[in-house]
Amino acid sequence: MEWLGLYNYWVVVVLMMVGFYIVIAQGNLIKKIVGLNIFQTSVFIFYISLSKLDGGTAPIYVEGITTYSNPLPHVLILTAIVVGVALTAVGLALAVRIHEEYGSIEEDEIQAQDEEDARNA
Amino acid sequence: MWIRNLFAATMLMGIFSLLAASLYVLLDAVDVALTEAAVGAGVSIILMLGALVLTTSKEKVHDAKHNLLALVVVLITGGALIYGTMDMPNFADPQAPAHQHVAPRYVQDSVEEIGIPNMVTSVLASYRGLDTLGEVLVIFSAGVAVLLLLGTGTYRRRPRPPRNRLK
Amino acid sequence: MSPHIVLRVGAKVLIPVILLFALYIQFHGEYSPGGGFQAGIIFAAALVLYTLIFGLDAVQRAVPPAAVHLLSACGALLYIGVGVWAMFAGGNFLEYKVLAADPHLGETMGIILIELGVGITVGAVVISLFYSFAGRTREQEN
Repeated sequence: MEWLGLYNYWVVVVLMMVGFYIVIAQGNLIKKIVGLNIFQTSVFIFYISLSKLDGGTAPIYVEGITTYSNPLPHVLILTAIVVGVALTAVGLALAVRIHEEYGSIEEDEIQAQDEEDARNA
Repeated sequence: MWIRNLFAATMLMGIFSLLAASLYVLLDAVDVALTEAAVGAGVSIILMLGALVLTTSKEKVHDAKHNLLALVVVLITGGALIYGTMDMPNFADPQAPAHQHVAPRYVQDSVEEIGIPNMVTSVLASYRGLDTLGEVLVIFSAGVAVLLLLGTGTYRRRPRPPRNRLK
Repeated sequence: MSPHIVLRVGAKVLIPVILLFALYIQFHGEYSPGGGFQAGIIFAAALVLYTLIFGLDAVQRAVPPAAVHLLSACGALLYIGVGVWAMFAGGNFLEYKVLAADPHLGETMGIILIELGVGITVGAVVISLFYSFAGRTREQEN
């Protein structure tokens, strides 16, 4: 039953598939951003689960404890979460501007308007 | 995915973030859990709601014809990734390659070299200081980008330019 | 505005505690979980709560947007400034050991200063993001 120890990767892969499906199959721009967030969280969980050690504890020095989980992935993900929310805000701002120009946040409606403009031009 | 109301989808995203934060606590990543709880359940939901107010909260009903192709692509990707995990080390294995390279040095020496007990802070600010500087600059540029797209939020109701009044 | 008396009183009790907690997270980050990133976000969350209860005008009187934009640049400048200071003190960029005679003191001082820079930038950027979205909403309503 060696392969049962890999279940954390499978959880990550399933979450990633959900996020990926939302990003490519949904036509709504806001929902695409939600899907991107789920995708992103799956990568975060992947990194954090890599840093976990058997018998380890949180990486804050305490007298008498020698096993800590790996602090490097924690640092990378800590900054990535905050960068992620800033970039989500940029995506949302783009969606807001698109809504102001086209009156819609559905991909197919925006494309139809673009094609009509191209025909008229 | 099947929810048409985008407000509900946003709320579910907040709950998802909170669950992810509690998972990080279980995985001994307390700093990350604190960040995820503050960001995911707080700020990003507020920003999503702000964007929904500016756009629309209802999604248009779609036909499901082109979703099959997407599903096939996603399943192939997921299958390839699961095939890739077969070579990965087991969960929480102390012999995993990720724990062999620089991590032992951070864990063993950082307290003596830096003199503060929280290893995450010392790696973040000292060993990886240049990375963190880059992240701060990315956040700053993202703030500037949103300012360019949406304006500063300061200007009051401007009087309309009197174009038509002259005629 | 007047019917929400429970919200207003509750928020007035909560907001100072949230701000104090943000400062604790900021300056106690060497000993417990926390640091500049989390503190900035929590500080911004307190102001968002203030906006939700008392309105955008009230919070922009307390924290003007121009000051927020200035602060978001100042935080990043503080970070870079510490790095340059270390260069002038005879070390590499961002090498804090040379900032003081005792290397531990130098490291701790450098870390506290750059965490402060991170906290200022993150908090100010998140507040300015929120101002942008909220200000746009008000403009559309007018």
